[in-house]
Amino acid sequence: MHASMPGLSTFDYVKPASLSEASRFLVEHDGGARPFMGGTDLFVRMRDGFIRPQAVVDLKHLPGMRDILYDEQAGLTVGAAATMNQVARHPDVQAHYPLLAEAASSVASYQLRNRATLGGNLCNGSPAADSGPAVLVLGGRLVLYGPSGEREVPAAGFFLGPGQTAIRPGELMTAIRFPILPAGNAGRYLKLGRNKAGDLAIAGVAVFGFPDGQAASGYRFRIGLASVAPVPLRALAAEEVLAANPPGEESFALAAAKAMEAASPIDDVRASAAYRKAMVRNLTLRGLREVWERIRET
Amino acid sequence: MANHTISVTVNGGKEYLDVPSNMTLLQMLREKLALTGTKNGCAAGECGACTVLVDGEPVNSCMMLAVEADGCEVTTVEGLAHRETLRVSENPKGLSALQEAFVEHNAVQCGFCTPGVLISAHALLERNPHPTDDEVREALVGNLCRCTGYLRIVEAVQAAAKAAPETGAGSLEGGAQ
Repeated sequence: MHASMPGLSTFDYVKPASLSEASRFLVEHDGGARPFMGGTDLFVRMRDGFIRPQAVVDLKHLPGMRDILYDEQAGLTVGAAATMNQVARHPDVQAHYPLLAEAASSVASYQLRNRATLGGNLCNGSPAADSGPAVLVLGGRLVLYGPSGEREVPAAGFFLGPGQTAIRPGELMTAIRFPILPAGNAGRYLKLGRNKAGDLAIAGVAVFGFPDGQAASGYRFRIGLASVAPVPLRALAAEEVLAANPPGEESFALAAAKAMEAASPIDDVRASAAYRKAMVRNLTLRGLREVWERIRET
Repeated sequence: MANHTISVTVNGGKEYLDVPSNMTLLQMLREKLALTGTKNGCAAGECGACTVLVDGEPVNSCMMLAVEADGCEVTTVEGLAHRETLRVSENPKGLSALQEAFVEHNAVQCGFCTPGVLISAHALLERNPHPTDDEVREALVGNLCRCTGYLRIVEAVQAAAKAAPETGAGSLEGGAQ
């Protein structure tokens, strides 16, 4: 340790020229090499002594990793190393996926969002990842490149536990893909922190709704939760309530109670489990009201 | 551990440096270039005392490796002042309009957070020349000040914004860019 300036432990910085080179390096240095993009989680954990990699592998310069592309048929593709600010201010994201822009701009502070990346936020596997609920309710698919080529994993199957994801040894995330969204949709991410902005979530709730003739209620809502379970997750029982019952205070209250049941939070330095559960109910209710108001307007 | 030779433009001057892999941009600025205006605070991306501009955008320099700055343009608090375009007789200390506003509004107490706050506020006015008070506060969320209570900081940023012409924040640099 440096006395005056908390430095980082000794490691080699590696900047691979291609995806295959990056993957090969990760395989050859299994466990000893850490991929990184913005480093906002990695360097903190290294300073705290949780991990001590022999090499850090910088992925953000690889081809396509910072691109954000929108196509009217294919939908949105966000390079895994696109920064939160890049995502939040991209015109196509703002126009077609405003919920994603809202989630990205809720992360930490402006200067941190210049480094923090959407892919990194997901790969870190934090239950509190602010992009998690939005990526879940928007039907995001995560593109992983590895020794056996490329595969796509739906966001719903990606988060396995705190710090654990579906990423296999030698794999790295290259992009996050979103389908074209149903017409007349609206979304909202409500994040409760200890401060109005800049903090990690005590609880985060994403609500996404749209008209759907297939649903008994005529509408479909999706609800994503952050920071209230071992992984970001969908509140599926709450969503079923809203597909079966017409939108309104009664069904919203029932759905909010179901969302609360879906949460299995812990007590920690930011809030108690009981408070978190109560806030899931309140944020879900508020989110449903706001989203419903906007669906009706369109 | 490998060393890397990088070229980086710091406050307008080109530097060729040999940096170890694990050296942060903050360490490079302070220890290699003696630019000690940029401070080491929390070393975790929370306090913003280490904020500098990289290619015009504010980042926490404690959370970025020096080697990552290869080919980039870095501006520290020292670089906000002493621009060649300053009219020295009117501004003998060579401070930017934003820095002057911090002096005039007593937006500094202990001063440890001030360099980072100035960088974040400078970047805000570059992208949003006439922000609301809420927008100023939002832009400074990542810069913790334990002395001022922020009121005078917000006042100073707003004073600098009001003094700037409608066309943009170019005057914050003390003259035409």
